[in-house]
Amino acid sequence: MLSQESIEKIDRELAKYPADQRRSAVMGALRIAQTEKGWLATETIEFVANYIGISPVAAYEVATFYNMYDLSPVGKHKITVCTNLPCALSGGYDAAEYLKQKLGIDFGETTSDGKFTLCEGECMGACGDAPVLLVNNHTMCSFMSREAIDKKLAELK
Amino acid sequence: MALEIEIDGKKLTVPDGSTIMDAAHQVGTYIPHFCYHKKLSIAANCRMCLVEVEKAPKPLPACATPVTDGMKVFTHSDLAVKAQKGVMEFLLINHPLDCPICDQGGECQLQDLAVGYGGGDSRYQEEKRSVPEKNMGPLVSAEEMARCIHCTRCVRFTEEIGGFQEIGMAHRGEFSEILPFLGKTVDSEISGNVIDLCPVGALTSKPFRYSARTWELSRRKSVSPHDGLGSNMVLQVKHNRVYRALPLENESINECWLADRDRFSYEALNSDLRLTKPMVKQDGRWIETDWAAALDYVSHGLKDIIARDGADRVAFLASPHSTTEELFALKKLARALGVKNTDYRTRRADFRADALQNGALWLGGDVVELAAAKSVLVIGSTLRKEQPLIAARLRQSVKKGTQLNLLALADDDLRTDTHAKLVVAPAALVNALAQVVAAAAELKQESCQLSLDAVSISDEARRIAASLSEAETGAIVLGNLAQHHPAFSELLLLAQELSRLTGARFGLFGEAANSVGAEVFFRPDQGGLNAAQMLAQPQAAYVLLNTEPDFDAHNPQLAKATLGQAKMVAALTAFRSPELLACADVLLPIAPFTETAGSFINMEGRLQSFNGVVKPLGETRPAWKVLRVLGNLAQANGFDFSSVEEIRAEFAKQLNADRVTGLDNTLKTDAAAVSTAVAAEGLQRLGEVPIYQADALCRRATSLQQTADARAPILGLHPDTLREQQLQAGQTVTVRQGEAEVSLTVGEDATLPSGVARVPTAHPLTASLGAMFGRIDIVRGK
Ligand code: SF4
Ligand code: FES
Ligand code: FES
Repeated sequence: MLSQESIEKIDRELAKYPADQRRSAVMGALRIAQTEKGWLATETIEFVANYIGISPVAAYEVATFYNMYDLSPVGKHKITVCTNLPCALSGGYDAAEYLKQKLGIDFGETTSDGKFTLCEGECMGACGDAPVLLVNNHTMCSFMSREAIDKKLAELK
Repeated sequence: MALEIEIDGKKLTVPDGSTIMDAAHQVGTYIPHFCYHKKLSIAANCRMCLVEVEKAPKPLPACATPVTDGMKVFTHSDLAVKAQKGVMEFLLINHPLDCPICDQGGECQLQDLAVGYGGGDSRYQEEKRSVPEKNMGPLVSAEEMARCIHCTRCVRFTEEIGGFQEIGMAHRGEFSEILPFLGKTVDSEISGNVIDLCPVGALTSKPFRYSARTWELSRRKSVSPHDGLGSNMVLQVKHNRVYRALPLENESINECWLADRDRFSYEALNSDLRLTKPMVKQDGRWIETDWAAALDYVSHGLKDIIARDGADRVAFLASPHSTTEELFALKKLARALGVKNTDYRTRRADFRADALQNGALWLGGDVVELAAAKSVLVIGSTLRKEQPLIAARLRQSVKKGTQLNLLALADDDLRTDTHAKLVVAPAALVNALAQVVAAAAELKQESCQLSLDAVSISDEARRIAASLSEAETGAIVLGNLAQHHPAFSELLLLAQELSRLTGARFGLFGEAANSVGAEVFFRPDQGGLNAAQMLAQPQAAYVLLNTEPDFDAHNPQLAKATLGQAKMVAALTAFRSPELLACADVLLPIAPFTETAGSFINMEGRLQSFNGVVKPLGETRPAWKVLRVLGNLAQANGFDFSSVEEIRAEFAKQLNADRVTGLDNTLKTDAAAVSTAVAAEGLQRLGEVPIYQADALCRRATSLQQTADARAPILGLHPDTLREQQLQAGQTVTVRQGEAEVSLTVGEDATLPSGVARVPTAHPLTASLGAMFGRIDIVRGK
């Protein structure tokens, strides 16, 4: 189901917690699984749950609670724009609008070539850098003016 | 340390660690709540229990606030009332306000508390959210999830009491939804309790839904007729029909729970498989007749056969699901007729312990004591499927530090931690227990009082022995599989020896509601045949009480063949069954436990009596009345009792308050030798009784029959055995035992030791096979 590499990473997560608290590793394990698979299918969640020894629905609770877990396929690049208040006051909505226009999709949609998915995100703890967006859950991009967005999208091609 | 607290001006002291809710219970002050439940962990998510606490800046949740010394709590102050009203308004924001069409209406905590603590109207004008229905399986309906208030009681129940979280709360905030894992149902054997726990109409009983209103139902106390725990229940009745079974709280027996079979087996009572008229077979054809003719037939038949073949060729077999009074009256009839052959142990194979027993076998103590033991060894039991509520209770004990040890025939998931376990093939069970005994003897530096062959002691056996020896209180229990095992007497002897060496007490799980009652009142008389002999050596006549030979016999193939040779088989039964129609000559419709008064003696030796809750169906009559008439027709003395109480009075001297006397698990051990050799050829069958095939009622309970536990039996084999046999999971093969062959699907079952073929018994698909244990062959070239 998951590659040897991912399994090793999950084992490393598990090693961080006492043996009787394996469930603590669920967030890390789901992240690792999602990085490999691109998104979390039901079978992937079940596999992760069984691997760390918790019930599948307990892993599903976690996977549905947090926004950064994708429960349906996303494009090659998932771009999440922060629209919470501080960002909204400093151009967050503009950035989002511009992205929508450029990519021709709304929040929660994927471009027809499967390259980009656009998501609305919550505060990323970088309000001072507004507007901010996050690429593929891992790369923070700050001060995303139109030019910066153009540049980023070109990079991501 | 005790803490002082004042609740609404009432002063009391509570132990350290108590919550305000605990303290309020102690003085009988009611604090409204939804998520709080005394048997579940504290979630504090509904906020209904807010109270005012002196010096606290805001209202605090009573269920989650620990008492501090000198605390002053106000449950009715302006602040508390305002908080409760506010919470209620929030709870009702998304809750449908259509109580008249809700199945929970009339018994809904939200409805009650909204009336008691809510405001008259709401300021919420916006749209309510809607939540799609979920499929939780055939027992629990999750059709109306918009009613859910997210108290998570159901979630916590499956995780904490059921041992495996089958229900979860997905998403968050406004989008939260209660659901089972995608594509899965809730399969726990105690799942129905979430229906009681759900404070609203989100989770309801699928079989009962919309069939009656709670206020139309009358509530009558009863006792579960299934396993030997004797769960207390309330049966709800309307128009002379049982509509629902609910738990009646009894902390020392079922706490506040019921197993699913206790709760849902009532469906069988109203099924069209009930026998409602006496029937007699004439020239191979069944005809309905009246009671007088049917009783006359039985009475004359018995009389003639006794005159011609002798009373020692007559056999009386009764199911341990029969009431004590029925068993007592049937025994009395047997004695009046000179019949010594009476037995209830139709699933037993080994009766050598009979000669050694000093009394009737039982649990050896109370269930509460079992649960409090620091170390428990369960031998030969599927536990969860045999004793669902004891399994749940032991799960709680394990969390409190009890060491649960197992000698099992399959490594089934008990949904609890175990301390040590040996999982062995049936033929190695005696050896495994002997290892534990030998390890205990070594540990105690005592010699074993049984003459045991040398065994090589495994590490796990040592761990089990050490656990039992070191524990302050220990218990050793033999489950159904051990009782059905062909070496049951060796297992008993070894258990007794282990008990002597370790100081742990030993006993048996009661397989049926009245196993102990039957053990006390219905074993064969001196010189009489036991059940296995009666079912192996053809007798001239048989009287069967609630017994279904194809499902209740250790070796159904043999039992059917033997009964087929009898001159007369008279069956007292509540149900018509193909097998009874085939083997019997007369069928007498008798009342199930809901239609007659009676009593069951549970595995603790506790007699619990109950009354009939509805009138007998059709021409059905209580068995004790039928037996009275048979006694009178035989012109026997002492058959003029006119109530079950009068019958009970006849055995009153065997009762001490509500406990039956004569219980004694000890065995005479002089010169008892136990062979520990593991001898088995070919594949060995492991033939357990599936949970919903255990007795006549659950076999016919339609909803239970749709559960995962009622799936058709397969041939389970360990992956290694699969490979050896060159079989694939999913393939259909023919298995043979003795004369009979049946086709079964092969399944991989890694919980089994290799060389074992798990083929459940007591199921229509496998009822033509032979013994529950022993050799079974896979037929090739077909
Ligand atoms: S379904 Fe019922 S028990 Fe479960 S969380 Fe919702 S309201 Fe509570
Ligand atoms: S509000 Fe956007 S990063 Fe904080
Ligand atoms: S009962 Fe206290 S918060 Fe729910």
